[in-house]
Amino acid sequence: MYWKETMRQMNDIGVGSLVIVGLISVFIGAVAAVQFAYQLSGQMIPRYYIGYIIRDLTIIELSPTITCLVLAGKVGSNMAAEIGGMRQKEHIDAMEIMGVNTAAYLILPKLIAAIVVIPMLVSISAFVSIVGGYLASVPTGEITDSEYIRGLRSFFVPYNVFMMYVKAFVFAIILTAVSCYQGYFVKGGSVELGEASTQAVVYSDILILLADYIIVLILTT
Amino acid sequence: MIRAENIIKSFDETEVLKGISTTFETGKTNLIIGRSGAGKTVLLKLLVGLLKPTGGSIWYDDVNFSELDKKQVRNIRMEVGMLFQGSALFDSLTVEENIRFPLDMFTNKTRKEKLDQVNYCLERVNLEGSNDKYPSEVSGGMQKRVGIARAIVLNPKYLFCDEPNSGLDPKTSILIDELIKKITIENNITTIINTHDMNSVMEIGDNIVLLYDGRLVWQGNQSEVLESDSEMLQDFIFASPFLRRLRNAALR
Repeated sequence: MYWKETMRQMNDIGVGSLVIVGLISVFIGAVAAVQFAYQLSGQMIPRYYIGYIIRDLTIIELSPTITCLVLAGKVGSNMAAEIGGMRQKEHIDAMEIMGVNTAAYLILPKLIAAIVVIPMLVSISAFVSIVGGYLASVPTGEITDSEYIRGLRSFFVPYNVFMMYVKAFVFAIILTAVSCYQGYFVKGGSVELGEASTQAVVYSDILILLADYIIVLILTT
Repeated sequence: MIRAENIIKSFDETEVLKGISTTFETGKTNLIIGRSGAGKTVLLKLLVGLLKPTGGSIWYDDVNFSELDKKQVRNIRMEVGMLFQGSALFDSLTVEENIRFPLDMFTNKTRKEKLDQVNYCLERVNLEGSNDKYPSEVSGGMQKRVGIARAIVLNPKYLFCDEPNSGLDPKTSILIDELIKKITIENNITTIINTHDMNSVMEIGDNIVLLYDGRLVWQGNQSEVLESDSEMLQDFIFASPFLRRLRNAALR
């Protein structure tokens, strides 16, 4: 039962979020590339730095943070509404009376699915962002193909990838825990369910940004 | 048998149940009746362990349910089946999966054994062949019957029903009542029903408990209802002029 539910959640979180994560990532990369090309124009900085900046910017910060903020809105609100709806329709009471550990049955599969799938989504996001940066800067003539590739291959620090996965892992726990908590303890009717869903997103976003700052402080000093 | 001893339940300053003591017997359909706000649902939730009493104790046969730890409560709950007011069927699961849910969670039976048990329960509630339907594809009465099938799939010793007839037409209500009565007698279980339905009171009420303002004010069986001189009982059961005329005719 737990395995089946975990698989369902992985599909919902992963496959269900691919399009939105892909779309946002490609535009993040594209906008960042155009923006940096504009800022570096006329400066004594080599053009290939655009590729280098896009790579590190997406890996270290944009992909894990923006992806998880978006997922807090999409997946987090969905988790809160799903569990809250089950609370209101007495599904959770029914499970408790059957002797099911409802917190474990309802929250654990979501948590495991999020921890496994969200880092994968963040990896995809980083790759797509870099592709987005390429599409926005190379075909338009801002930078040549070889310059962009050279930038991507310059000054690579594998530790940054580790930092990306640490962020993805921590953010996945935050958005799942906060959203499930809001849904699990919802009281009242549809108005309260809507509020719980909104609070899940707001609190997740705030905690993700706070955790982002703390992780950066810990891992870069 | 389930016994309530001086049950008190308060929410903040408000005392909802004010010392309920009664016994719900095995092999009988025990009904909790009373006006809205009398404390019926709170009493049922206390009996089933969804709420904790502020005072008093609840006994499942010789076990003090109020003093059990979480693990022991879980063991007792495997002997409990409950039918909820809104059926509480899991929307994403089919009828078969809903009924199989407790078997998947708590038994090591083979797939075939589980399917046989599900089909047996579906047969008992006259829903053969509905295995692959989703709750949204069946009527309210059928949902209640699926709820009953799920409640009895682990052969419980105790069956709780919260307003089993709410939202159903009179004919379907009678079918549900007959079904609960039949299961109670055949499986020799302790059934406790929280109801507003006067037909249920008169047809299946082996042991009726009337609550008023958080107190137990009358207890008896369906044949004693007509003869009782309890004003609260008469006011509640025969609230409409039509029912009062019927009672008078029956007494004549």
